[in-house]
Amino acid sequence: MKHKQEAQFLEERHLSRFHYTMDQAVEKPFNWQQIWRLLTYLKPYSKTYLPGAILAMLISTAIRLIVPILIGKVAIDVAIANKDMTMLMWLVVIVGILYVLSYIANIFQIKWVNVLGQNAIFDMRQQLFSHVQRLSHRFFDERSAGSILVRILNDINSLQELFTNGIINLLMDVVTLFGIVVILFVLSPKLALAIMVILPIMFYISTALRRTIRRTWQQVRIQQSRLNSHLNESIQGVRITQSFTQEKQNEEYFDGINHATFNSWRVATKKSAFFRPLVEMSNAIGTIILIAYGSFLILQGVENGGIEVGTFVTFAFFLGMFWDPISRLGQMYNQLLVAMAASERIYEFLDEKPNVDEIEHAHEFHAMQGEIEFDHVKFAYEEGRIALHDISLHVDAGETIALVGHTGSGKSTIANLVSRFYDPVSGAVKIDGHDLRDVSLAELRERISVVLQDTFIFSGSILENIRFGNPVATDAEVIEAAQAVGADDFIQKLPEGYQTEVEERGSILSAGERQLLSFARALLADPSILILDEATASIDTETEVKIQEALNILLKDRTAIIIAHRLSTIRDADTIYVLEQGRILEHGSHDMLMEERGEYFSLIQSQFRMLDSM
Amino acid sequence: MHIFKRLQQFYWPYKKYFINSLISLLFVTGITVVYPIVLQVTIDDIVLKDRFDLVPYVALIFFGLMVVKGVATFVHQYLGDLFGVTTVYKIRESLYEKLQTLSFTYYDNSKTGDIMSRLTEDVERFRMFLSVGFAEIVRITLLIGFSLAVMFYYSIPLALVTMAAMPFLIVVVLRFDRKVHPVFRQIRKSFGRLNTRVQENISGMHTVKSLSREDYEIERFTKSNDDYRQRYLESASIMSKYFPLMEIIGNICATALLAFGGYLVINGSLALGELVAFFSLVWYILGPLMNLGFVVNSFSQSKASGERIIQILDMDNQINEIPNARKDSIEGNVVFDDVTLSYANTDEQALKNISFEAPKGKVIGLIGATGSGKTTITQLIPRFYEPSKGNIYIDGRPVTDYSLHSLRKVVGFVLQEPFLFSMTIRDNIAYGVPEASEEDIVAAAKSAQAHDFIMEMPEGYDTLLGERGMGLSGGQKQRIAIARALCIQPQILIFDDATSAVDMETEHAIQQALKEEMAGRTSFIIAHRISSLKHADEILVLDNGSVVERGTHDELLENKGTYERIYQIQYQDRDVVMGQTERKEGAYET
Repeated sequence: MKHKQEAQFLEERHLSRFHYTMDQAVEKPFNWQQIWRLLTYLKPYSKTYLPGAILAMLISTAIRLIVPILIGKVAIDVAIANKDMTMLMWLVVIVGILYVLSYIANIFQIKWVNVLGQNAIFDMRQQLFSHVQRLSHRFFDERSAGSILVRILNDINSLQELFTNGIINLLMDVVTLFGIVVILFVLSPKLALAIMVILPIMFYISTALRRTIRRTWQQVRIQQSRLNSHLNESIQGVRITQSFTQEKQNEEYFDGINHATFNSWRVATKKSAFFRPLVEMSNAIGTIILIAYGSFLILQGVENGGIEVGTFVTFAFFLGMFWDPISRLGQMYNQLLVAMAASERIYEFLDEKPNVDEIEHAHEFHAMQGEIEFDHVKFAYEEGRIALHDISLHVDAGETIALVGHTGSGKSTIANLVSRFYDPVSGAVKIDGHDLRDVSLAELRERISVVLQDTFIFSGSILENIRFGNPVATDAEVIEAAQAVGADDFIQKLPEGYQTEVEERGSILSAGERQLLSFARALLADPSILILDEATASIDTETEVKIQEALNILLKDRTAIIIAHRLSTIRDADTIYVLEQGRILEHGSHDMLMEERGEYFSLIQSQFRMLDSM
Repeated sequence: MHIFKRLQQFYWPYKKYFINSLISLLFVTGITVVYPIVLQVTIDDIVLKDRFDLVPYVALIFFGLMVVKGVATFVHQYLGDLFGVTTVYKIRESLYEKLQTLSFTYYDNSKTGDIMSRLTEDVERFRMFLSVGFAEIVRITLLIGFSLAVMFYYSIPLALVTMAAMPFLIVVVLRFDRKVHPVFRQIRKSFGRLNTRVQENISGMHTVKSLSREDYEIERFTKSNDDYRQRYLESASIMSKYFPLMEIIGNICATALLAFGGYLVINGSLALGELVAFFSLVWYILGPLMNLGFVVNSFSQSKASGERIIQILDMDNQINEIPNARKDSIEGNVVFDDVTLSYANTDEQALKNISFEAPKGKVIGLIGATGSGKTTITQLIPRFYEPSKGNIYIDGRPVTDYSLHSLRKVVGFVLQEPFLFSMTIRDNIAYGVPEASEEDIVAAAKSAQAHDFIMEMPEGYDTLLGERGMGLSGGQKQRIAIARALCIQPQILIFDDATSAVDMETEHAIQQALKEEMAGRTSFIIAHRISSLKHADEILVLDNGSVVERGTHDELLENKGTYERIYQIQYQDRDVVMGQTERKEGAYET
């Protein structure tokens, strides 16, 4: 008994070993304000493409409505009934002309609708991307890259259909439906009234049934996305899986989610398969009414309030035209719900304000000297979690300082405040005597370069990657910078030298080589202030030596703040600040601090004790 | 057709669905053509002949047929979908199984994105074809066939005149398809580029902001964004050319029908009802024809997709077990005997004549520049790769004698990139032994110095990692990866630069704890820091795939070679600082 329980426990444990995001299918209520805000993206085109597309649409819709009347009422009831060949030919000519007109209108409709929609989508994406670029570090700290990506790409794309065909089709369908109803009532109010019975049925199918179907497909999407998440992960982690011989266990897990996905598909396809038969049945009901009541009305004769054969035929034509617009309107509703959810997420980003703001007439540095001052600075990333307490420090232009301390002592925070990625809670950070809150952000950051621990490699050539530090640099300048930091050697050894294509996840470059690239980038940017977050990752010793040499070149003639791990860089700094829990414990030159035998002394000593004992 | 034959095992067991779906389709199309006939009968036989008494019969027959059609439509669509969905379920199962067993070499040479697109898009396209595509070919053929039959039955000359434009339509439709597909591909590619652009921008945002390159990034984005718009407009321009053209060809047919048909009715050689029926029949032929491009395309795409699926299924596993492979327990005595490894597609050698012995309980250190072959040596032990020359023995037998499972389960591997799964921390540590007890898991975490930070998390060992879970620092990930390797209680431990991202103090603590763990096990340590491997029983210094120096730490220092140079660089500061402090301490004493 106990064994059985245990076995069951184990089975559950590995069938639920992986956990993935399972979106909840939430439906947003209709919100007119949001729709209105979406429509503002069409405004720039309200005098050009928008009216053009609408006009073209109206022309082709009108022709589609007129032709059945011409055939039914004129051709059959007049020309054929009277055996009037000339009239028939005239009619053919008129219909022909109308078709040519419709042809031309169609061309322009498709063109303009797409230009309109694609431009609106382009503008919106452009606005969102540019806005996101301006947002502060805090924004990116709080979100995963994936969730931002989804907004800029997928959410905007899901509005594409709405902006191109959606809005024009909505108008067209309303006009068509309204047109058909009016025409039918003019031709024969009695028959029209009888046939209208099917309209509510069709609307019901198109909305209510579609809603249940939509929900089942949402389930499919949810299951499918879990399946894909797992596939992706199992590919990336396949080496681990094989190392730990978990192939069988993973197959069992996959079997479970594969089956769940299969089931959701089965339910969805079954529900969906009801849709078409029901639509056709309602159409059939319309046809039966037409046959029964229509033929009765014909037999009654026009003089007794009946109808002519042509009217009957016209009705038959229009009966077949009901469904399309109703179906599309139902789809439109789906589309609007999707748009609602997407646009809400997009607005959430657009309404986000950068939390460091520029004042008007911000000070522009014409030539930044690089003198930095922290004046009683207090800072917290979140309320209650103070990262810096009352920090005061002064760095002369051209000086190098090193920040030393444990993880979380506030080293990186100080660096972040200098670039004004955040504003202090109280106190002030000043450069060349100007409070950072009063200076132009772009210019400030232009003059400061930060070399990060984890340098990001953009996909492109090595040349372009270095040029990222200064987009206007010539090839020669780029190569010069690479030579100066000693990156030229390994670049030359690559298959295509500076033209070698690299990417973030590619394994062409080692950690040390990436570091050298980022040095070249920084050197090319030629900043007044350099902030360097030294890497802890182990780098092979040959490269390490090169990095040391490159540093000396990089630090020349600039103010530098180094978050240091390597003793050699710490030792050479003009001033060393030892931090602990957001406070400066001691500061001074290496020799001074060693002499003092304080925190710095024991820090250095314990490091070497460890090195020796390991 | 060999593609469909090769994949037959997946769909043929469900042929019942498929065949029944097709039989239903026969009913559906047959009855569809009845509608214009009913119209014709109503006009010609009821209205024009004053036979109102026939109305109930016509209505009833029509209704009955429509009920049959409704049921048939449902059965056709549902079974068709089920056919595709079930097949795909089976295909996915096999693909997954295959992917679990493909060799490292395969994964070294493929991109995750490419494999993923085979597993998702290609599988989906194949499903579409099975569910809808093939049936659509049958439906178009049947509908056109039935409609033509009825038309020719009513009036041969009118049918000929009306259908005169049909060949033109087919030409236009196929040409459209040929033109538009490259553009669609361009759109997808352009979107891919846009995707990469944004993804890089967001992932590299700290770098962008650090160098204040926002404007430059916006400019680059604008280019991609505009390219995407242009591609779309290109497709719109093709559509604006062809769609109206298709429609007007259809309309020309209708106009010809009106002219000639009207003439025939006036002439008395055609009944009015027949003319009206023609107006419906004409669209039963033209409509499906406009769809022809889609069908043709779906067929060729599903062929290509099927091919890409087969490529994975038929891929050689490369690492295979011999029949009756040994499942004995392994002690862990590892011997490399003159092992050489060449890369698959070049003659370049990754390893050259490597020989060493690592008896149970010993520690082997590996040091050398990036790309010198350190990782490759360790990955040969659990047979992730196969040497091109020489042999690797464990407990005196070639590794190929053992079953993969019994071999790999005794090797605890900590890879350079600490990949963790979207699981709880507990399940990640117990990844290799899902049945591990809580005590074992905690003990492994403690040895890896991970227990304390895990306990500091709100959910402790139940904290979820991965896309949905906590972000961990590189050092924390490495420590969990170490715990994962320790948790399987391996006979052979391999640390591939396993502590590169942890700070020095923690590394020190890990090393202290590992000393205990390594007793009685064979261990391999790859590192750049001398301090990490100086206690090894033998250190191999590698360069370009060859062992250039070997020996203990002290022997290597004596040797004054590469190792000694690395030592000098790494320890230069030590002497300065320690010398200084010693001097100072001396000074205080006097």
